[in-house]
Parts: sequence; structure tokens; C-alpha cells
Amino acid sequence: MSETVPAAGGGGRLSHNIAYFGRALRAAGLPVGPGTVLDAVRAVDAAGVGAREDFYNVLRAVFVNRHEHQEVFDQAFQLFWRRRAQSERLIAMLSPPAPGAEAKDKAKVRKRVEDALFAGVGREHRTKKSEIEVEAHFSASSADVLRTKDFAQMSAEELALARRRIARLRLPDNEIATRRLKADKKGTRFDLRASLRASLASGGAFMALRKRGPRARPRPVVALVDISGSMADYSRPVLHFLHALTERRGRVHTFLFGTRLTNVTRVLRHRDPDEALEKAGQAAQDWSGGTRIAASLRAFNKIWSRRVTGQNPIILLITDGLERDADAMLDVEMDRLRRSGHRLIWLNPLLRYDRFEPKARGIRAMLPHVDAFRPVHNLASLEGLVAALAQERDERARRPSGRGVLRHSSAMAGG
Amino acid sequence: MTTAALPSSIEATETLLSGAGYVPDRALATVLFLALRMGRPLLLEGEAGVGKTEVARTLAKALGRRLIRLQCYEGLDLSAAVYEWNYAAQMIAIRLAEAAGESDKGAIASDVFSERYLLRRPLLDALMPDPAGPPVLLVDELDRTDEAFEAFLLEVLSDFQVTIPELGTIKAAHPPLIILTSNRTREIHDALKRRCLYHWVDYPTAERELAILRARLPGLPERLSREVVAFVQALRKEDVFKVPGVAETLDWASALVELDAAALDPAVVGDTLGVLLKYQDDIAGTDAGRIERLIAETREALRPRE
Repeated sequence: MSETVPAAGGGGRLSHNIAYFGRALRAAGLPVGPGTVLDAVRAVDAAGVGAREDFYNVLRAVFVNRHEHQEVFDQAFQLFWRRRAQSERLIAMLSPPAPGAEAKDKAKVRKRVEDALFAGVGREHRTKKSEIEVEAHFSASSADVLRTKDFAQMSAEELALARRRIARLRLPDNEIATRRLKADKKGTRFDLRASLRASLASGGAFMALRKRGPRARPRPVVALVDISGSMADYSRPVLHFLHALTERRGRVHTFLFGTRLTNVTRVLRHRDPDEALEKAGQAAQDWSGGTRIAASLRAFNKIWSRRVTGQNPIILLITDGLERDADAMLDVEMDRLRRSGHRLIWLNPLLRYDRFEPKARGIRAMLPHVDAFRPVHNLASLEGLVAALAQERDERARRPSGRGVLRHSSAMAGG
Repeated sequence: MTTAALPSSIEATETLLSGAGYVPDRALATVLFLALRMGRPLLLEGEAGVGKTEVARTLAKALGRRLIRLQCYEGLDLSAAVYEWNYAAQMIAIRLAEAAGESDKGAIASDVFSERYLLRRPLLDALMPDPAGPPVLLVDELDRTDEAFEAFLLEVLSDFQVTIPELGTIKAAHPPLIILTSNRTREIHDALKRRCLYHWVDYPTAERELAILRARLPGLPERLSREVVAFVQALRKEDVFKVPGVAETLDWASALVELDAAALDPAVVGDTLGVLLKYQDDIAGTDAGRIERLIAETREALRPRE
């Protein structure tokens, strides 16, 4: 089929509008390319222009390919295909010589889409900041001091240096065997296909056996980072660490929580760590507020657990465990979290105190469920974490013997 | 097997599916119609047990096409999904060629790597011509396999062809109807999503669930089916870890029939809870009090209609 789009409806007017709608969606953050727009026009042509609901369904089928985009699409659809005057205003704004955003709709729900529609248009965002390169030459001793200095006591300059060190950390290569095979001389399975091909070189006179073995890849990581006030000094360095981890091994899912849970995985994939962190900050609204650990874990377990823990990941929980309303729910949710992954590692900056004792109720409730309990207050502890990630099994001592057994006696006491 | 023509409108798609025992909502009928009309693969996502796989089965049945199913699993590779050479036969062929004094390597290679020695796996099979019309290809639970496998699919999904290095490209004369399903235990890559139409299969409304129950279990007493649907709908609003899907509703209704229950009562619900809820925490949390409250809600919901 040729790439010319059949004029749908009123002499191609509709296809223009669909193209504008596609642009609007792209501005609102949906991955809409020219191909998608052509598809949409063809789809409308195939289905015929009928009831508004059908038209909506047709466009949705083409433009939405991710459940999360549904809301944005709905709002954009409402906004765009509502009234002629309205959509013309939008088209005017989306056209190249766009005036700035003037009138705002009062409807609160639509604010986000409207913002998105107006924000990216007609304005060159991405003003490049010139970066000041700080050349860091360390003597061995000052590097050592930095290594064991508490993140909370570092000056801004030292923090910047610490970040560089974090980015340079050698990350663990705790690879696990997958069920996918690759050519491997020491493999245990015969690769008949490769063997036969090789034998043809000698006209089939010899048959050198080729083998295959399992391919290895790093185990996925799921990180839940507490960004409440009491963790403020530590969550940023940890995020730098996670950013480095995301960049180098893939399959790292990062969530921030304070009073509510935010997924910042996509944001952390930005190449530039500062930009990534800034975006993560925008994504999570509650930096340095209070903490609701149990509720956040519950949200994770209900909404995300099935989607990101399918491949038996290492789960990192980064929090000080200072939860005021520690109740049975925390116990249940920690238990579920533990059973969702391969290992649950709790990183707690409070462990920097030599004589730390788990007195807070929240900490006591959470501790029985974790496989490892580690400090996370300086570079040395992050290096220790790297080593721990590499080790497939360590300190299991803290786990109760009844592992895997459901503790439902205490569960749902409040439900 | 009777071959039916592709539906010509959204209504016709709805009728086609309902005729074969699947009750679609308008959005699903629309997206399915478009997939058929535009010749695009359809990616269905949704929680377990909402009837994603059933769409493909019903479609194959209603259109009288062959259903080719590829169940995905971790480590699924080319030789299990697309094609494999018949090594035993190839080796014999080489020996025979030797015995016959054939010494031209090129001739042996082109003979051994010919379609005669090719074993077709589901993806390749789906590209072969079929007297009943292009088959329905179901790639089930795509999220279970790893990202590497998705790459194998891209060529099939966009060009309906498979490239075999030794043989060349095999292209379908008539593209198959492709339906992919995912439970979203991981995100499917954008490159694959781009090639498909997408539909999120949600839990059905009470009305549609009742229609599904009637279509699937025609012998079910009317009062019981209404109560079952209202109860499950109420349960879905509860705070449970895994809410029951349509498959669970159907299982539960059959279980109640087996137990000769004419209406819901707390005892029978408590005994059969394991059919609806599959997590121990959920079952433990659904105690007698909650069941009674849910049954009361069920009765309340049904009152105006009775």
C-alpha cells in the first residue's frame, strides 16, 4: 500500500486534525511518531466516522499502548475533540509560530495535560548549562578520609567528590545463569546446528562437536528509597549509586517513597545523573516530608510487585525504619516484600552508630524479614554493599527458621 | 470446519464473538475489528484471568481458522519458536551422499539445508498457507519470556516473514491474525508495542459478567448467577491482593453448581473461597464477618431488580 493517506471525511480536514491531535499527544508525553499518526488516519478510515465513542475507541487503539497513558489520552481527547473553537485554539498553539500559553482552563484534572500541551511548544527548552569541571587530585590519605566520612557531615564540595567516586564504583557482577543458551566450548549441551554446519566444511567427513551452555546476566535489582526528612542526607548519594547501577546493568527498578510511592525508574535512565535526580525530584513530590513505610510498601506490593519482581530480583530497601505508626500492617507488607524477591537487603544509615540497637518499633517489626541489614552512610558502606550484592548468600542468620511459611496469624489483625 | 469472512463492522465483530460464546465490550470489539481490518497484530494486556487468551481461541473458532499457540517461557529460543533443522535426517543425507561418491560440498550443503529438512515451529507454521484461511497465531504470556525473544518476534509481527540464514526469507502469502497476550509481570519493549494495536482488558462490568456467565454456563440458575456476579463485583472493590478474574467467577459458579447451592450463604461461600481467592493472606483476611457483609451488599445490590 502506498503511503498516501486517503482523505477521510471532509476533504482531508479530519486527517489534519488527527495529525494535530498526534502532536498534542506527543507533547503530553505519549510516544507518538509519524507512523502512528498515519495508522490513526487509516484506522479512522477503516472504521468509518461514526459515534463519538467509536471514534474515541479507534484513536485509543492506535495511540495508547501503555496502560498508564490511558488517563493522559482521555484528558487530551476530551480537550481536543470537544468544541471546534477549543480545538482550533489548540491547533493555533501547536502551530510553529505559537504564542505563549495564555488562557488556562479552570478544570483541575486537565491541568496536567494542558501544561504538557503548552509547555513543550514554541519554546526552546534545554538551555545548556556550562559545567564547571572540578579536577580532583587526591592524596591517598584524603581519599581515605572521604571514604569513611558520613554523608551528612560532608561539605557540598566533598559530596560532589563522593558522587564521582560513586559513579566510579566497580559494580558487582553477580550474574545468574538464565535458561537461554549461547555457544560455549565448555557447555554441557550439544549444538547440533553449529556442529553440522561445521562438518560441511569437510564435506561431512568429520564432525567436530560444538557445544552450548547457559548465558549469564546480572540479577535484576528493585530499590525502594525513603526520601523523608530524616533520610535527606543519605537518599541523594544512594540515588547516585542507583543511577550508576541503572546505567551499567539495566533491569534496575527504583521507587521513592515518603508519604507515597513514586516510580522513578525511567527518569533514572537519563545519562546525566544530576538531570536524572532533578527529574526524580520532580516526579516525587514529597522530598523530605514524613514517612509512611507500611503504606508505601503496601502500595508497592499491590501495584508494582507483580510487574517488577517477576524475575526474582534483589530488593534493596533504603530507610531508617523510623515509622511512627508501626502496626501489624508493616509486618504483613514486609513479609510479602521478602517473599517477592531473591533477597531483601535493608540499608539503614542509623547503623553508623556502633552501639545501634533496634529499639524503634518500626525497626523491630521490619528486622525479622530482611536477609541482610547494612549501613549506608558513607562511601565505605556503599563499597560494602557492592560486595554484598556480589555475594549470592550471606548473613542469613537473622532470618527466622520458618522461612516461606505464612505468618497469617498476625496478619490482617486490623483488616 | 466452516470458514467465515472477516467481520465488516464493529457490530459484526461483536456479533461474531458473542456467537462463539465470548461477550466482548465495545472497546475490545473495536480494537479487534481494527486489528483484523488493518492486518495488525493485537497486544492484549490485563490481569490474569480476564479472558485474554480466550479472545484468540474464540476468534479462531468463530472464523473457522486454525489456532496456532505459542506458549512463552523463559529461555524460549529460535529452535522452539520458529524453526529447527532435522539433524538426524541431515546426517543420514550426508552419509548417503558420501556413499554415492558425491564430493561437491556446495551441492551437499544446498541439498541438506533445503525445506525438506526443516522442522516448522509455531511462528513459521503460522506463515504457511492454510486451506481454511490464514491461521490465528496466539503468542501467549509474552512477558514470561525474556527481552531477547521479543527480537525474534519483530520480523514476524511487522513483515509476516521469517529469515532462515541457510534458506532465505519465508514470507506469508496471507498474513496470519496475530494476538499477543501479557500479564504485565514485566514491561514489553516499546519496539514491539509499536507494531501492535494495544488493548487493556479490564475486569468486566456486572452486566457483562452476567452475560458471560449466561453464555458459558447456560444451565446456571438465574438467581444464583446474579448473586455470584454481584458478590464477585463487591469482592473486587475490597482491599485484596489479587482480585478474582472472570475465570475465577466461572470456576466458582461451576463449583457452586456442583455443591447444589441454589443461593449464596456464608457457609458455602466460606467453603469455596479457595476457588475465588488464590492468596493465603486474602483468604485469611476474608473471615466470616467480611463474607456476611459482602453477602449483605450482594443482596442490597440485587434488591431493586428483583
